[in-house]
Amino acid sequence: MSITQILFWFLSVVALFSALMVISSKNPIYSVLWLIVTFFSISGHYILLNAQFLAIVNIIVYAGAIMVLFLFVIMLMNLNKETEPPKNRWLKMAGAVAGGCLLLVLVAALKDTDIKQQHALVNEGNIGLIKNLGKELFTTYVVPFEISSILFLSAMVGAVVIGKKE
Amino acid sequence: MIMTLIAVDWWLILEKGVLIGGIIGLSFFIAMYTTYAERKVAAWLQDRRGPNRAGPFGILQPLADGGKLFFKEEIIPLASNRFLFILGPALAMITALLTSTVIPWATPFVTKGGSVIPMQVADVDMGILLVFSIVSVGVYGIMIGGWASNNKFSLIAAIRGASQMVSYELPMGLALIAVLFLTGSLKMSEIVTNQVQHGWHIIYQPLGFLIFFICALAECNRTPFDLPEAENELNFGYHQEYSSMKLGFYLFAEYINMFISSAVMVTLYFGGYDIPFVNETSWGLNSFWMSFLSFSVIMTKIAFFLFVFLWIRWTIPRFRYDQLMNLGWKKLIPLALVNMIITAAVILLLNK
Repeated sequence: MSITQILFWFLSVVALFSALMVISSKNPIYSVLWLIVTFFSISGHYILLNAQFLAIVNIIVYAGAIMVLFLFVIMLMNLNKETEPPKNRWLKMAGAVAGGCLLLVLVAALKDTDIKQQHALVNEGNIGLIKNLGKELFTTYVVPFEISSILFLSAMVGAVVIGKKE
Repeated sequence: MIMTLIAVDWWLILEKGVLIGGIIGLSFFIAMYTTYAERKVAAWLQDRRGPNRAGPFGILQPLADGGKLFFKEEIIPLASNRFLFILGPALAMITALLTSTVIPWATPFVTKGGSVIPMQVADVDMGILLVFSIVSVGVYGIMIGGWASNNKFSLIAAIRGASQMVSYELPMGLALIAVLFLTGSLKMSEIVTNQVQHGWHIIYQPLGFLIFFICALAECNRTPFDLPEAENELNFGYHQEYSSMKLGFYLFAEYINMFISSAVMVTLYFGGYDIPFVNETSWGLNSFWMSFLSFSVIMTKIAFFLFVFLWIRWTIPRFRYDQLMNLGWKKLIPLALVNMIITAAVILLLNK
């Protein structure tokens, strides 16, 4: 095994384990912290694919900003095991059925794709570097890029309007 | 598996290991003596003598302080979350030290065999963005520590600190974009070479530097932005329940943050290891002396910025919380945006 492979298996194990811990921890604070670990291991995978910009932005935006807001909300609401109301049995069953349906759809959708024949470029390919990514974004994909930026702007204006005092 | 690991370039690992060890040791040393300098500068500004008992001029005072912190009793509150209580200061320390990886400390050193050893741990393509990502993760040290203490004052202080750091990251990033317009690269080494060739960025970006400096003060939780540790409102802030070396780690991380953010500011705006007004490459020094000289130059610049940090702390009173948020969101962000647009317009005009 080369070092890349060792790293790949290590990161995969960490990512899956921490993702499982997110949904199985009783304390919501622990869930958020495990989610941060998941984001870091996914960033590690991006770096293995030489998508450096994506890796860094994933950490800045998700681990550094969004998760902080999650922690804010959970710390201020002081959610603990004791304060969590016990869930209805029917609610649990409905959740299991809904989750199973989603799994079925995902498996059915991905079963026949030709992703198995495509190999990921590990440690090579420089499309993930910022120079190439920027060129690609502002030439080939400029219309979707601008539309998504307008979407963000409208979300920002909406947040300000909602957050404003009467 | 073992065989492939052996095939790794061991010299590279050794070289980087020495460099990393050196930088960490240097950070600790500088942080130690910044605490001493802090007390001496405070004494000087307040017309006192400052620490002068341990050794000549009190020069052994930081060692005595460190020894005291190590031998104090370790107290973990019963109602606290044990694991997270220990994780908090560890995270604060790790994130403070990690930022130093991408800073070029000196000109590359060329050995007799002709191989070039860069005085930088990693010259990654993302450079300055890596610093940003680590800074944005640095919030967790404060937040986790404050929450795990299970104390209302610590929690309020932690939330203040985190919201302050998240708010001031935005104008910092916007001020930085103007610098990146000038260099066209995120690599720290290229940012420095660009300044060696075309003059320091402070000449082109005085407003950008001012914004960046204010945000750096806020990111380090230094006065006038030291709301997370406002004694008269929050007792002792987010590290109130901490004792012994865990408290020491929080306090030390602050000084290391100051050191590293001074280094980042010097690299971005003040030419890094470049000596001003002269062309040092024409002196014909051999590469060892060249590296040594450039390293002393960057350290001198950093020392100056550390002094400015201390000077501000003992001169300016603390902001109120609403003033802090007003300054960050309503003044610095629009200012940084205007600075960015003007820079972009001027660059476009000059290119045509």
